[in-house]
Amino acid sequence: MRVAEIEPYAAIGVVILVVTLLTGVMLILAHTVGPRRHGPVKDSVYESGVPPIADARRRFNVRFYMIAVLFLLFDVEVIFLWPWAKLFHGAATTGATLPLENGGEAGKGFLLLGMGLFFALLVFGLLYEWKKGALKWE
Amino acid sequence: MIEFLTSQLGVSIILTVCVLGALLGAVAYCIYFERKISAWIQDRFGPNRVGPRGLLQPIADGAKFLLKEDVIPGHVDKPLFVLAPASIFLVAFIGFAAIPWGGQLQLGDNLVNIQVANPDIGLLYILGVASMGVYGIVLGGWASNNKYSIYGAIRATASMLSYEIPMGLCILVIVLTMGTLRLEQITVLQTGSWLGFIPQWNIFLHPLAFIILFITALAEANRTPFDMPEAEQELVGGYHTEYSALKFGMFFLGEYAHMITASALMAVLFFGGWHLPWIPWTQADAHQWYAVLAKILVISGKIAGFIFLMMWLRWTLPRFRFDRLLWLAWQRLIPATLGLFVLAVILVYTGNHQSPLWALGGNAVILVIMLASGAMARREVTGRQGNLPRTLPADTRGFVGSPSS
Repeated sequence: MRVAEIEPYAAIGVVILVVTLLTGVMLILAHTVGPRRHGPVKDSVYESGVPPIADARRRFNVRFYMIAVLFLLFDVEVIFLWPWAKLFHGAATTGATLPLENGGEAGKGFLLLGMGLFFALLVFGLLYEWKKGALKWE
Repeated sequence: MIEFLTSQLGVSIILTVCVLGALLGAVAYCIYFERKISAWIQDRFGPNRVGPRGLLQPIADGAKFLLKEDVIPGHVDKPLFVLAPASIFLVAFIGFAAIPWGGQLQLGDNLVNIQVANPDIGLLYILGVASMGVYGIVLGGWASNNKYSIYGAIRATASMLSYEIPMGLCILVIVLTMGTLRLEQITVLQTGSWLGFIPQWNIFLHPLAFIILFITALAEANRTPFDMPEAEQELVGGYHTEYSALKFGMFFLGEYAHMITASALMAVLFFGGWHLPWIPWTQADAHQWYAVLAKILVISGKIAGFIFLMMWLRWTLPRFRFDRLLWLAWQRLIPATLGLFVLAVILVYTGNHQSPLWALGGNAVILVIMLASGAMARREVTGRQGNLPRTLPADTRGFVGSPSS
């Protein structure tokens, strides 16, 4: 890798380092500066003054689980579109082609066909979920 | 030493410190302006005791954050409880690294970017960092071991995950149109003009994508009308109920920093970033310090405009109901953005991706389809409101409304 290629990542590393340091300083300040007085009431769960009945970590509604599963499917599908978008723009505007394994070359038509099949699958999945009522919050 | 300081990496490091300082100050004053604007909208005074017109209020707030007791209740999971605000703060403040602030500056023989980092995956970096924000919220809610917190965290996760998909697709429309993930490059590609006076900004190509991106940015930052996770009337403070002092402050600063980064992203993607239309810089002075300063002011102005819009919306609109929030994301925004994606693909394939007429025509078609399907779907009434009659019967009128009856 040339220096110019690695430079932006080095800069991002610097940013992460500086912000991590800042976060650490803030946490240390939070733990040292203010007063510290414990009490049984102060240490208890805040539930508008009512003593809590049970632990908060209980079962939660399955609908949230549904959202999480749908998100996983969709987000992975959407991420696949990103590199394709850049390649497709290049192929469509400059006529650049991609080498294929069998020695042929893929132009914008080939790229469009491939993504068309993938996209049809994605839309079909969404319609199926919709029809099944997975998108409904009932 | 001078050689290093005028190289890109040296400038990046100096810029990191400057932007971070500016961002912290901006975030503190965002809170002040939020209070002032809410006061203005609600016909109150707002903060006006500390300093002239209350201008020193953020400093007083900061001092209070520091000097108050940092309560760590007994029932919490202590390491996670400390980690949660730290991760929110960290994630919110590293997103700015890929934002281009002011084009390029001539330093001696070098031409350096006024941008901390210009990686070839700039957009993916910002998107990835933004979606990491959900970890801090989940950690905060789980570690607090408090029912309000955990409900807030679960709600926040569901809404942030749902709105991330249309957000990614909206940005993808711009990637398809511009053909690059470098934010600096996207800005430069928008510096031309149509007919000599309309700036070549993406907003004139894909206005629908911008509107949807703005909506998702509100949801990602947990701002009203999508602030279910911290709905005060139901959940006290949501995921930060158990936090106090500086840790609460870190949640707060993180939220506003997230707003600033999202606004900067919208400015770059749709409003030409630092591009100031109608002022042609000649080749000689385009990289001078005054041009760069002007560009920084321009992008700051655009960011301030978006933040004002967000605050205005917060104090104008009521909160969404949670099922409507997810309904909007999954059944309206995702189909609409998939349509916009198809439109962008067609435009690029036919070579019309820079033609406003074709793009706006396509946007109009999608808008009509959206409105038509919305009008058809209106007949199936959802949720509890379905049981209520559209107009109240006459004999209940005296109980719900006017004092005269």
